[in-house]
Amino acid sequence: MFKLLKGDRGGQVFLTLLTLAAILIPIFNLILPESSPFHVSTFTVTLLGKYLAFALLALSVDLVWGYMGILSLGHGAFFALGGYAMGMYLMLQIGDRGVYGNPDLPDFMVFLNWKEIPWFWHGFDNFWFAMVMVALVPGLLAFVFGALAFRSRVTGVYLSIITQALTYALLLAFFRNEMGFGGNNGLTDFKDILGFSLQSDNTRIALFVASAIALALGYLSCRSIVTSRLGRVAVAIRDSEDRVRFIGYRVDHIKLAIFTFSAVIAGVAGALYVPQVGIINPGEFSPIRSIELVIWVAIGGRTTLYGAVLGAFIVNYSKTYLTGVAPETWLFALGALFVFVTLYLPNGIVGLLKRKQA
Amino acid sequence: MSALNKFRETMRRDQVFDIVNKQDYSEVDTSHGQILYVEDVTVSFDGFKAINELNFYIEVGELRCMIGPNGAGKTTMMDIITGKTKPDKGSVWFGQNINLLKMTEPEIAQAGVGRKFQKPTVFEHHNIFENLEMAMAGNKGVWATYRAKLSSEQHDRIMSVMDTIGLTDNSTQRAGALSHGQKQWLEIGMLLMQNPRLLLVDEPVAGMTHQEMDKTGELLTSLAGEHSVVVVEHDMDFVRSIAKKVSVLHQGSILAEGTMDEVQNNQKVIEVYLGE
Ligand SMILES: Nc1ncnc2c1ncn2[C@@H]1O[C@H](COP(=O)(O)OP(=O)(O)OP(=O)(O)O)[C@@H](O)[C@H]1O
Ligand SMILES: [Mg+2]
Repeated sequence: MFKLLKGDRGGQVFLTLLTLAAILIPIFNLILPESSPFHVSTFTVTLLGKYLAFALLALSVDLVWGYMGILSLGHGAFFALGGYAMGMYLMLQIGDRGVYGNPDLPDFMVFLNWKEIPWFWHGFDNFWFAMVMVALVPGLLAFVFGALAFRSRVTGVYLSIITQALTYALLLAFFRNEMGFGGNNGLTDFKDILGFSLQSDNTRIALFVASAIALALGYLSCRSIVTSRLGRVAVAIRDSEDRVRFIGYRVDHIKLAIFTFSAVIAGVAGALYVPQVGIINPGEFSPIRSIELVIWVAIGGRTTLYGAVLGAFIVNYSKTYLTGVAPETWLFALGALFVFVTLYLPNGIVGLLKRKQA
Repeated sequence: MSALNKFRETMRRDQVFDIVNKQDYSEVDTSHGQILYVEDVTVSFDGFKAINELNFYIEVGELRCMIGPNGAGKTTMMDIITGKTKPDKGSVWFGQNINLLKMTEPEIAQAGVGRKFQKPTVFEHHNIFENLEMAMAGNKGVWATYRAKLSSEQHDRIMSVMDTIGLTDNSTQRAGALSHGQKQWLEIGMLLMQNPRLLLVDEPVAGMTHQEMDKTGELLTSLAGEHSVVVVEHDMDFVRSIAKKVSVLHQGSILAEGTMDEVQNNQKVIEVYLGE
């Protein structure tokens, strides 16, 4: 691990801060009395946990975009699929505590007059099965999609457009009630996870810490890729795909492997996000969501993993803040920020910091 | 239309078992003295025949120069040999046992054909050492590449190639910061790292100073013997300085072949270059 972080000042700082947060925030929340000025409210803990999930998602986007040149405008789909897999598990934990009190069927199925649970919901009452699906479903979709796209050498703008189409198609599909994922409303009203109430402070803290651990592991695994020869070849593919082919690498295989891995990370991020916000709905598939992710990474600074993390935090904090005071301005602010960064900070905020240092 | 062709291609009976009868690329059989056989190759782009019934052979260890006016089909010829373009008809064999037309670009590269592009193409964000390291022969599968560790022999090999191409002084310099000529050398170095049997070098001295040209000439002649080298070049002085045998390409086929003097005195060649 220390070898991985050699020469990665930004990464060292980031992981140190992350570790401190994972230790101190639970203490400030659980042990300090509410009257203390250092007390961190559970609301804040959950908000931070959500940011951590977003940061993990940003890492996955940076891995394929910053390091391999694939501008995926559909990564939100992998995030959402991971989220749905977790949501299905949480739905089945509600049991007979739903509005209709049906012990076997989630409320929305009772509402649709379904008599039994569809086959693809089987197994999701088991936590570990659901966790496997969190990784497998986005991974498999990315694998199939990537195998088709990379083999036929779709690149650049065309690839970006079909990733948008992918997430849009899923958006439309998940909107339909007949699909069996709660339609428009998605999955919500979760009660507990592994038997612990989602409303309790302890569970919230546990989810926060789990997100921090996942982010740290995600960071280290991405770092291990980008510092390996494979990572260097990925950057080479970004810069000159043909040259890579003519020195004997199967470009399609390399793209496929990294793209799939990235989708799995995005899925895990989605699974951490859902229990903390308490809902997953088709809105997560909307094309604009996926574009937003790319903007986080651009603003933070692509091709530096910690830059992606930083971007996710800064943009989402601004979003939380702005939607509190003037919600209608958010999209304009985001657009303006993006234009500003593209014009003046091609390497994002991290690029600015590096330039200051030099 | 092209999707349909692709479908037909994959459905062809003799291709279905591609995986089963994978060729063994490890050893190229050159017992007849020839390393490359290009026979009756034709390629057309929208009806225009860029390569027309092209025939030529390259001997083991030979240094061959190919000249020809712009648009003669020199680069297209390399595209065919390296798998970038599939010809409409004809055959291309590497030694007697390896059919290059059935292989993808990476497979051809792995089999021992290295190619330098007309426009020098190196990985600009990587330093010289990394450029050479990535090109190094070996298992280039995804997992093997992820786990790859540099052995001391491999390290030495990179250093020795760096020495061959004269870039030892700046091993940690970013390739993007190199001069045009140095990029050309680095790209040749990347080919050498692949331990190729055959080197295809497209316009290696374009944009070089005279001194750099001389160095490049020395480099290429020193590579011949151990490798077979095909050099495409416009610069006649350069060709004269290195060539033993020259082929003149014109409108997609070989117009003349021989020593530089023979070729330059060939009536057809004179017409192509001076007349019309
Ligand atoms: N992909 C393609 N599509 C259509 N036409 C092509 C394509 N590739 C090459 N050509 C045409 O084929 C002819 C041969 O091109 P090629 O690049 O092989 O010439 P060349 O001998 O390398 O010329 P130069 O000396 O300028 O590099 C040219 O007329 C070119 O326009
Ligand atoms: Mg050419």
